[in-house]
Amino acid sequence: MITIQNLHKSFGRNQVLQGIDLTLQRQGAITAVLGPNGSGKTTLIKCLLGMVIPNEGQICFAGKPVAKQWEYRAQIDYLPQIARFPENLRVREIIRLLQQIRGPHTRDQELIALFGLSPYLDKPLGSLSGGTKQKVNLTLAFMYDSPIVILDEPTAGLDPVALIHLKDLLAREKARGKMILVTTHIMSLVEELADEIVFLLEGHIYFRGTIAELKEQCNEEDFERAIAGILTRPAQPIAAPEQVGPKPDKASLPFIPQPTTH
Amino acid sequence: MFKIMQYSFFDLMRSRWSYSYFGFFFLFTSALLWLSGDIAKVVISLLNVILILCPLIATMFGVMYYYNSREFTELLLAQPVKRIAIFWGQFLGLGFSLSLSLLLGIGIPFLAYGLLASMEIWHFSILLFNGVVLSFIFAGLSFLIALRYENRIRGFGLAILVWLFFAVLYDGFFLLLVMHFREYPLEKVALAATLLNPIDLSRILVLLQLDVSALMGYTGAVLQRFFGSGLGSILTLTSLVVWTTLPLLAIRWVAERKDF
Repeated sequence: MITIQNLHKSFGRNQVLQGIDLTLQRQGAITAVLGPNGSGKTTLIKCLLGMVIPNEGQICFAGKPVAKQWEYRAQIDYLPQIARFPENLRVREIIRLLQQIRGPHTRDQELIALFGLSPYLDKPLGSLSGGTKQKVNLTLAFMYDSPIVILDEPTAGLDPVALIHLKDLLAREKARGKMILVTTHIMSLVEELADEIVFLLEGHIYFRGTIAELKEQCNEEDFERAIAGILTRPAQPIAAPEQVGPKPDKASLPFIPQPTTH
Repeated sequence: MFKIMQYSFFDLMRSRWSYSYFGFFFLFTSALLWLSGDIAKVVISLLNVILILCPLIATMFGVMYYYNSREFTELLLAQPVKRIAIFWGQFLGLGFSLSLSLLLGIGIPFLAYGLLASMEIWHFSILLFNGVVLSFIFAGLSFLIALRYENRIRGFGLAILVWLFFAVLYDGFFLLLVMHFREYPLEKVALAATLLNPIDLSRILVLLQLDVSALMGYTGAVLQRFFGSGLGSILTLTSLVVWTTLPLLAIRWVAERKDF
């Protein structure tokens, strides 16, 4: 459904994405986009949404290039990394604004109940705590039943109860056949929910596969240690059919995972 | 675009800044009216306040509003809407909220004082119209600068510099130019220079209507001699429309090429 070909993006001299090739077509699956800070996760997601304009390469959504298009975004639910809203608007009004932009058919009531937002509906957004704002953010993101869900750091500021609700919600959405793309630094969340991992490092895809495959290739039982293994011993970017990265000097790379076929 | 404009407008109208802006004009106009007792004089006194303050407040609001709503703009950008609808919507919401504070802040005291019974209603309307136009022009310019520069300090500094240039420095440079080339005929240069500054344009538009040549300055006098009040007013009005449109087009150009 989403095809990314040879995606390059730089900000000034900083080359953030350096030839990403990725195809996402599994319905009912959660793909975790992982990588250290500055590895290009958010830039990749923003390119998908048309918020960042690539220097080179193409992104196709359902077979059509997304450049300068906006209608395709009706098929995507997005949760931005930072939850900041107009301070003087009320929660109810921000929900209504989104409804007026995207249409009235939403499941806002269900999400308001799930995240316990009813007492805050008539409060100005500026007066809410960080965690409550994140709950509003999640409500706005999941309000539409779009087939693709993109979540950028969804757990930021959430209390344990809300985190459990979020996990349940993600599992339900996955079961309903949605394609979910999530970036996070919470490895337990990835281990619990992700069907597949895309690991970005310095603008390349360094690994793509399941958690079991990663553990196997890193020869580690523990998922977090396997991830740390990639970071401390950088691997050659994988060369699966749809993913071709540059070829670093092999002598400097002691750890070279086998190519995957996803 | 209309929906985004509406919500930006409501957001801004509830902010403390809008109340303060309204409060200032309300108190200042009331004080002038009840102290001087002459509506015509108050219109002229308010002219200079509006010419300096409306662009300054619009500049500050424009930059602050853009930077404050940066993350929310990202959320809107991920929705199925055209980019330009978001930025024009926010800009128009900002322009209308500033205009409403100005209209109410000055309008209520004038109406209470008996504006409708006086002969000054036309001059008063021209004055308010100029305040509104200047608010839109400078809100547009500052919004454009904020859109162009991610660095808030640089954006804020540049926006204030633009205001300072048009409100204060421009006349100084202009005078220097006139003094330096006083041997040459400068009428047409002066005329062109006036069209390039929206604050000067506004001042002349009001003064042409008020017909107070003593306050018109060199450029105003040139303009009146060249075109007379009628044609001069049309020329200044057209130039103001161009000044209002240019930032809108530039916002579109920058927004469509920007990474968020």
